[in-house]
Amino acid sequence: MANSYYDPADLRKFGKITEWSEELGTKFFDYYSKVFEEGALSAREKSLIALAVAHVVKCPYCIDAYTKDGLQRGITKEEMMEAVHAGAAIESGATLVHGVQMMNKYNKLSM
Amino acid sequence: MATKSLKARHNELAATDRQLDILNGGIFKEGRLPYFKDKLAKTGHFPLRPKKLEILQINVGYMCNQVCQHCHVDAGPDRKEIMTRETMEQCLEVIRNTGAHTLDLTGGAPEMNPDFRWFVEEASKAGIKDFIVRSNLTIIRANKKYHDLPEFFRKHNVHVVSSMPHYTRGKTDKQRGDGVFDKSIQALKDLNAVGYGMPGSDLRLDLVYNPSGAFLPGDQEAMEKDFKKALDEDFGIQFHNLFAITNLPIARFLDYLLASENYEDYMYSLVEAYNPAAVENVMCTNTISVSWDGWLYDCDFNQMLGLKVDSKVKHISEYNEDLLNNRNIIISQHCYGCTAGAGSSCQGSVA
Ligand code: SF4
Ligand code: SF4
Repeated sequence: MANSYYDPADLRKFGKITEWSEELGTKFFDYYSKVFEEGALSAREKSLIALAVAHVVKCPYCIDAYTKDGLQRGITKEEMMEAVHAGAAIESGATLVHGVQMMNKYNKLSM
Repeated sequence: MATKSLKARHNELAATDRQLDILNGGIFKEGRLPYFKDKLAKTGHFPLRPKKLEILQINVGYMCNQVCQHCHVDAGPDRKEIMTRETMEQCLEVIRNTGAHTLDLTGGAPEMNPDFRWFVEEASKAGIKDFIVRSNLTIIRANKKYHDLPEFFRKHNVHVVSSMPHYTRGKTDKQRGDGVFDKSIQALKDLNAVGYGMPGSDLRLDLVYNPSGAFLPGDQEAMEKDFKKALDEDFGIQFHNLFAITNLPIARFLDYLLASENYEDYMYSLVEAYNPAAVENVMCTNTISVSWDGWLYDCDFNQMLGLKVDSKVKHISEYNEDLLNNRNIIISQHCYGCTAGAGSSCQGSVA
């Protein structure tokens, strides 16, 4: 067993999840690759969305993978950082909008 | 950024044996990654054999005005290996009689060879269909005596292939040195001005893109679209095609990979992206590479690793196309760079 929770080398083994559930693993990877194909959105745009989400879900594997993917696509570091901010803004917005719930509850409980 | 070649810095990687030790050892020797030979055998491609000869690639010297960090030639202003006129004459003899339809001059900066213009003039008379000169662009702006190169190329109907790592200043200068971006843009404008790269023009101007770091090039077509849009919108620059080329783990790029601790990951990426369809068309299957001193190699990369052709004929002075075409191509783990993803050659993707 590794003595840390995350090992960069594990990213390369991602495909192995199929070994313990062939059907679901294969379905997932088919779906995954279909999602990132050129469509109504370009593959480049999807790569930036993936990078933003990777930060929001705080997945170190995805951050590594989509930083590299962005470099390969010629995406600039300015574009990457803006995408991360877009993710972060939504994430903090999601936290702050709950402030309204807090305010509602406060008002309800207060005389 | 270093301003000298590995050779001038007495870096241990300047020795080709040392590079080959690294490529044959470590992750490959430990069995964590398969040797290229075994990978080829698995898909029925071993031994690798040439098909019809199409391209004669001649390296006229390792001297260059730039010292790019990723350079597989380890070129630079301090490199003194330059093709002599005598060797050029031997090359011309071959050019006049070859079955190849493409002649590809490279370096270093080929223009820095003192006999470059003479050689181009003579070679252009041989009636080769496609005559390429690999020009790094900045050379055109490096010195007054090179300012008329676009006109010279036009006169001899040379197909210009130039390196341009990115359409933004930051990335270009990081890989190739300060000021390279602005000079390259000016050189492209100069080439456009004499008709190179314009839509519908017979004066071919193609660009080469190398990733500026330890990652593979993206889809060539998509990159070409991005480059065209950005260069046109920002500078009004036109060009024909973009060739996306993978950096091979040799010379200065190998040095960079090792120093930045990216070597293992990079090799994993290359091996994982192995594409049997790309193997069918790797450059060595249709190219012969000639070094500044007239030795023959399967490709420019093998030349830089000192791996001469496995044939009775090893030198331009004894050139024999039939004998040469009946050879096995020499391979090592750097070859994974040619077979990754859409494949990579001096003409870009191959699959
Ligand atoms: S990559 Fe090209 S331009 Fe750069 S140092 Fe090497 S030969 Fe010169
Ligand atoms: S490095 Fe040279 S010999 Fe190896 S596959 Fe590429 S072109 Fe062929």
